[in-house]
Amino acid sequence: MSSTIIERPEAAVPDGRPATNAGLPPRPSLKKRFRADQLTAWGFIAPVVAYLVIFYAYPLFKNVDLSVRDYTVRSFIDGNAPFVGFANFTAIFQNPTFGPALVHTLLFTGISIAFQFTIGMALAVFFFQNFRLSSTLRALFLVPWLLPLIVSASTWSWMMNSDSGVINSVIQSFGGTGINWLTSPHWALVAVIIANIWIGIPFNLVILYSGLQNISTDIYEAASLDGANASQKFWRITFPLLKPVSAITILLGLVYTLKVFDIIWIMTKGGPGDSSTTFAIWSYQLGFGSTLPDFSPAAAVGNLLIVIALIFGFLYLRVQKRQDA
Amino acid sequence: MSSITTRLSNVAPGSRRRGRRTWHKTLLGLVFTAIMLFPIYWMVNVSLTPADRMRSSPPSWFPFAPTFDGYIAVIQQQLPYLGTSLVIGLGTVLLTVVVAAPAAYSLAKLRPKGGGALSFVLLVAQMIPQVIVAMGFYAIYLNLGILNQPAGLIIADSTLAVPFGVLIFTAFMSGIPDELMSAAKLDGAGTMRTFLSVVLPVSRNSIVTVSLFAFLWAWSDFVFSSTLNSGGDAQTITLGIYRYIGNNNQDWNSIMATAVVASIPATILLIVAQRYVAAGVTAGAVKD
Repeated sequence: MSSTIIERPEAAVPDGRPATNAGLPPRPSLKKRFRADQLTAWGFIAPVVAYLVIFYAYPLFKNVDLSVRDYTVRSFIDGNAPFVGFANFTAIFQNPTFGPALVHTLLFTGISIAFQFTIGMALAVFFFQNFRLSSTLRALFLVPWLLPLIVSASTWSWMMNSDSGVINSVIQSFGGTGINWLTSPHWALVAVIIANIWIGIPFNLVILYSGLQNISTDIYEAASLDGANASQKFWRITFPLLKPVSAITILLGLVYTLKVFDIIWIMTKGGPGDSSTTFAIWSYQLGFGSTLPDFSPAAAVGNLLIVIALIFGFLYLRVQKRQDA
Repeated sequence: MSSITTRLSNVAPGSRRRGRRTWHKTLLGLVFTAIMLFPIYWMVNVSLTPADRMRSSPPSWFPFAPTFDGYIAVIQQQLPYLGTSLVIGLGTVLLTVVVAAPAAYSLAKLRPKGGGALSFVLLVAQMIPQVIVAMGFYAIYLNLGILNQPAGLIIADSTLAVPFGVLIFTAFMSGIPDELMSAAKLDGAGTMRTFLSVVLPVSRNSIVTVSLFAFLWAWSDFVFSSTLNSGGDAQTITLGIYRYIGNNNQDWNSIMATAVVASIPATILLIVAQRYVAAGVTAGAVKD
C-alpha cells in the first residue's frame, strides 16, 4: 500500500542536458562551495532544530527540573522551589501506588499487545487471500484507529455499563450474570484492556499486511507444488519471513501502549481505587487530577515512564537498523 | 473510495470463477468487519435512541423510532467547540508542514552534516509520552502566561505531528530524482526556488498524508486540551464531550450524538483519502 504513495515521481528531465558543469565558468574552490552548501542545508533545517529545542528539549528539561525540586503552584509564581535531589523519586518508589501501577502497566501493555498482534496477524493473513470486497473491508477496519479516543472510550463506557450496557445484556441473554465492568476493582483493568485491544488491531493489521505484500508469491507456489497445506505454509513460510516486520510491530506497539492515557482516563480514571492505574495515569493524577497539584512527584513518575519508553524505543531502532543493513 | 472502485472493476479475467469459489470468505470477512465495527454501530444507534428508552432491558438493537434530540442538542451546545477544533486542527497542519517540509528537503537532498543525528532525535521524539510533554508545557505556559490560548494548543498539538512529518517528507523527497533538481539549478533557480517550485509541487502526495495525520491528531487530542486549554473561552470538541459526560451523566443520547459528530472528519478523510491513511500508518514503521 505504501508503495502507491511513496512512488518515485518520474522526472521530466529535458534530454541532452550535460550532467556535468563542463560549459560553465570556473566555480569557487571546492572547500568554499562545500561550506556554502552546508550553510544552505542547515538554513533549511534550522526551523525544525529551533522547534525541537524550544518545544521538545525545553519541556523535557523542565520536567527533569520539576522532578528534582519541590514545586507547588506557588513556586511557579514566586519562582522558589527548593532543590531536593532524588527525594521525589524515593517518595514515588515508597508510595503504596507504585507496586500496583507497575503491575497494571505491565499487564495492560503485555496483554494488549499479545491480543492486538495475534488478531492483527490472523486478519492480515485472512484479508491477504484477496477475495471479493477484501480491500473494502480491510479499509473499514481502519475506522476504529482513526476515531478520536474520547469517542471510542465513551462508546465502550456505555457498552460496558452495568445496568444498561449491551455487553451485559448479551451475557445475560446467554444465562450469565452481568459484570460490573467499570466499577468493580476486579474487572476495571480487563475492561480498559479490551477497549485498547480493539483500538490497536487496525495498526497491527495494516503493518503486518504490508509485510505480507513483500513476501514473494513464488515461495508459496513452490510450497504448493511440494504439497504444503495452509497451516504448513503459515508456520513454515509466512511466520518466519514476517519475523522482522513482527518485531517492529511489537516494539512500536510497546512504545505506543506504554503511553496510553486517554482511554483509561475517560473510562475509569484509573479506578476504582487504583485498580486500573498505570504510570501514565498516575503521573496525570498527581499533576492535574486534583485541585492541589503535585507537580514534582508527577514529573518523577513521568521521567520513569520516559526511561521505560526509551528502552523499548532504542530496541526498536536497533532492530530496524539491523534490517536495513 | 475511487481506489477501491477501480480495484474492484479491474478484477482480472477469470475472477468470476474465483468469485464463486471465495464467496464464503467474503461472508466471513463481512462477519469479522461487522464485529469490529459493532461499537461504531452502537454509538450511532444510541445517538438515535430516545432518552426514555435508553435504560430499557434488553436495549433496543435498532432505532425503530429514532429521535434527533441528541443532534439538536449538539447543534445548540457544541458548535463553538467544533469550530475551535477545526481552527486548531488547521493551524496545526499549517505549522507542521511549514516546519517539517524544508527540514525534510534538506535531509533528503542537501546532505547536511549531522543530518543522521537529527533523524535519530526525531525518531526518539515520537516515543516520549504525551502526558509528560504536557506537564513541561504546562510549567512553561504558566510562567509565560499563555495558558488557555488557542495558539499555545496549536504549538503543543504540532509536537505530535512534526517528527512524523519530517520522517514522511524525507522518505518521499529522497525518491525525487536528482536530475530534476540539477535541471532547475541549470535554469538558474536557487535552492529556495527549487524547493518552492519544484520539490513542493512534486511532493503533493506526501503533503496530503502529513496534513491528514496532523489534522486528525490535533482534532482527537485530549491530553493537551485538558491540561493546557481547559479554562479558556475557546475549547475543543474532545473537551466538550468530556465535560458532557461529567455534567450530564445520564444523557447518553446527546453524548453519543456528539461523539458521532466528532467522528465525521475521520470518516470523511478515510473515505476520500484511504490510500494516504494506509501510507501514513506503514511509512516509518516498515521500509520496503
